[in-house]
Amino acid sequence: MAAKPTTQDSFLSRLLHNQILIPLAALLLLAVFNLIADPSFFKISLGHNSNGDPVLSGYLITIIDYGSELAILAIGMTLVTAASGGQDISVGATIAISGSVLLRVLCGTDTRPEVLHSPIIVAFLVSLLAAMLCGAFNGALVAFFKIQPMVATLILFTAGRSIAAWVNNNELPMITEARFSYFGGYIPGIPIPTPFFIAILVFIATWALLKFTNLGLYVQSVGINEKTARLNGLNPEIIKLGTYVLLGVCVAVAGLIKVSRLSTINYSVIAKDIEMDAILAVALGGNALSGGKFNMSTSVLGAYVIQFLTTTLYKFDVQSDALSAYKAVVVIILVVISAPTVREKTSAFFRKLRTPDGAAKRG
Amino acid sequence: MNENSLLEMRGIYKSFPGVKALQNVDLTLREGEIMALMGENGAGKSTLIKVLTGVHVKDSGDIFIKGHKDAVQIRSPQEAQQVGISTVYQEISLCPNLSVAENIFIGRGEGRMVNWKNINQRTKTLLDSLGIAVDPTRQLGSCSIAVQQMVAIARAVDMECSVLILDEPTSSLDESETEKLFGLMRDLKARGVGMIFVTHFLDQVYEVCDRITVLRDGQLVGEYDIAEMPRVQLVSKMLGKEVDDMADIKNDSPSFSAKDSTPLYEAKALCSNQGIKPFDFHLRKGEVNGFTGLLGSGRSECVRAIFGADKVTGGTVRMEGKEVNINKPIDAMKNGIAYLPEDRKRDGIIGDLSVRENIILALQVKKGFFKPFSRAEAEKFADEYIKLLDIKTASTNTPIKSLSGGNQQKVILGRWLLTHPKYLILDEPTRGIDVGTKVDIQKLVLKLASEGMSVTFISSETDEMLRTCSRLLVMRDRRLVGELTGDQLTQNTIMNTIAGGESNGG
Repeated sequence: MAAKPTTQDSFLSRLLHNQILIPLAALLLLAVFNLIADPSFFKISLGHNSNGDPVLSGYLITIIDYGSELAILAIGMTLVTAASGGQDISVGATIAISGSVLLRVLCGTDTRPEVLHSPIIVAFLVSLLAAMLCGAFNGALVAFFKIQPMVATLILFTAGRSIAAWVNNNELPMITEARFSYFGGYIPGIPIPTPFFIAILVFIATWALLKFTNLGLYVQSVGINEKTARLNGLNPEIIKLGTYVLLGVCVAVAGLIKVSRLSTINYSVIAKDIEMDAILAVALGGNALSGGKFNMSTSVLGAYVIQFLTTTLYKFDVQSDALSAYKAVVVIILVVISAPTVREKTSAFFRKLRTPDGAAKRG
Repeated sequence: MNENSLLEMRGIYKSFPGVKALQNVDLTLREGEIMALMGENGAGKSTLIKVLTGVHVKDSGDIFIKGHKDAVQIRSPQEAQQVGISTVYQEISLCPNLSVAENIFIGRGEGRMVNWKNINQRTKTLLDSLGIAVDPTRQLGSCSIAVQQMVAIARAVDMECSVLILDEPTSSLDESETEKLFGLMRDLKARGVGMIFVTHFLDQVYEVCDRITVLRDGQLVGEYDIAEMPRVQLVSKMLGKEVDDMADIKNDSPSFSAKDSTPLYEAKALCSNQGIKPFDFHLRKGEVNGFTGLLGSGRSECVRAIFGADKVTGGTVRMEGKEVNINKPIDAMKNGIAYLPEDRKRDGIIGDLSVRENIILALQVKKGFFKPFSRAEAEKFADEYIKLLDIKTASTNTPIKSLSGGNQQKVILGRWLLTHPKYLILDEPTRGIDVGTKVDIQKLVLKLASEGMSVTFISSETDEMLRTCSRLLVMRDRRLVGELTGDQLTQNTIMNTIAGGESNGG
């Protein structure tokens, strides 16, 4: 007798197969842990900063603030991963380059300018161009020269920070103009950190791009079966190149936030190791690192989960040196759970659990 | 075991889930003999070779090797090597980044210390004795494919093999390289080595082989002396059609009469980088024609050149009298050409995407990057073709890879019909799908043609071609060798033309 599966069953199995399960479960787990360990983690208080403007503060605000650069990068990294089946490990170094270009255009050769040499928007557009060029360089190596993405992007990963220092003659320009600090801080009168709004903006822009163009279909087709994509009139090389250039856009935006936070730049430290977190966000979002089908939203959620984890660890006074070790443990657990074979086994396990149970009920 | 036999395989059976790959197959190889192993796709050639080389383990049957009293058990490639069976594959399986000498001696366990001077010297002697002119210290990857093949053979010979299997060694060689390889094969033959030569090229079989073993559908058709086996007979054995069997051949499709109208598609001296010789080709509105020939004869390469799927290296193309440039698939699509590729899995489906996305893909690409179909439009298209072609799928959202082969093929067919092409190219649309679907597809082709669509239809099954095509272009060894129309459309003339040499049907 074939019992019709109850709605509960199908809901559970649907959830088990949904990409959002892992990042969502990780988020809940972290939240529950914090709730038990110290409920004050969730406290948000309204205060005033040194300029007298209202700002919200609390661990949750820190997460949506500092997780934003990562979320922006994860969006671009998701597309690159889907189309080329590999990752760009140069994003940290290209953030240094685009940030350095940004400062160079704003300051000229003067390291402590009284007035900015050019409008911020102009400087941003120039840094955007620089980051897109870096993306195009990576993309061209991957698409036309068929170099493995990790190897191709290793070039800028290695050279990027030196190039960044060279752009400003190794000087560390400092911006005193208050308006410049809005991007990585707060806009007067708005108590929520600006990076969060920027991340939402980038998310909406990409969502619109996916909705109103064929980017998603093309990228997935190329990522899944390049030969078929070509026979259906697509140009896989241009599509791959395009995803790297789009990641360049994300890099420029993240660079603006990073530089704005400090009002200056430290070439060797800025956005250090961020590429690994961005790749992890993509993986945590349930996207195959070998390319193909992708889900941008789960990557973004993954990015904030990673920041949640980092912030939690900081809260419990984990030394910053030891931070990566703790993170690694969590990463191993997450990656193992989200591995397809493990997922299959767990859903098979659940099915087994259910069968005798159902039989007992019928009996 | 016969005393001058090197190798005897008796009653070999091998099945895979759902497929009987080999049924009661025998094979005998004598000393100093080159035996051709022939058969169309799926005949069981490669399974037989894999059983012999230990890649697959046979289900039952016996293998006897000269010098071994009892039947030998071959359970791994190592065991095959130990009894003196070596294989040279189509794809070189040596290490391109090592030197010629290193490749010849690698993995042969000559103690821990290596005397490179000695090894290079021994390699030189070996290569000289075989007449292969190459420096032992040269990096293998920098040698031509032919030399790499010969080094692989030299390695096999030096390992004292008595049975050498050559699995399509000539498919990537040009004529002079093939000649060199044949020279080496004749030399080995004189030394008493027995060779099994797998190839699709008929001319080559008649050039070097002594005997032929023909397989079809996993069964032995027979063993023949080359001198007593005319080409036409051989082709008919491979295809399983009697030469004189004229029954049930009736050309239903009206032969095309409007000879004066401008062809829809016309190519002059078209060629691509896939080695086909320049060919002329034209097709009228509403005409169904076909390319025929054995596997590897270049029939697929011709249509790939028409669609721009391979790099087109020469020739001019006219659509409805107007000269056009078709260098990429998108050019062909914009000119109203559609192409259903031969290898569905590799070139046809986007496995992880849904049936809906797979159906709309080509039309969507044609429409442009900035003009995506709405979900509702896409659903409408998908539903329309799922219904029209009777595609069995749970929903439009099901990933195409979870459909059966025949239904996947229908999805791809739907994808191209949705673009409303003027000229539809179908390369093996019926391969690997059930009989009912085959008939559906043939009927559909004739219906589309009656509505004014021009179709090129390629099939390994001659019946299908005869049933659907009003004109057949015959390919042999990557050359267009004949064109058959009207009364010439019979199994006999087709086979004669495919075989060539004795009579020319075109």
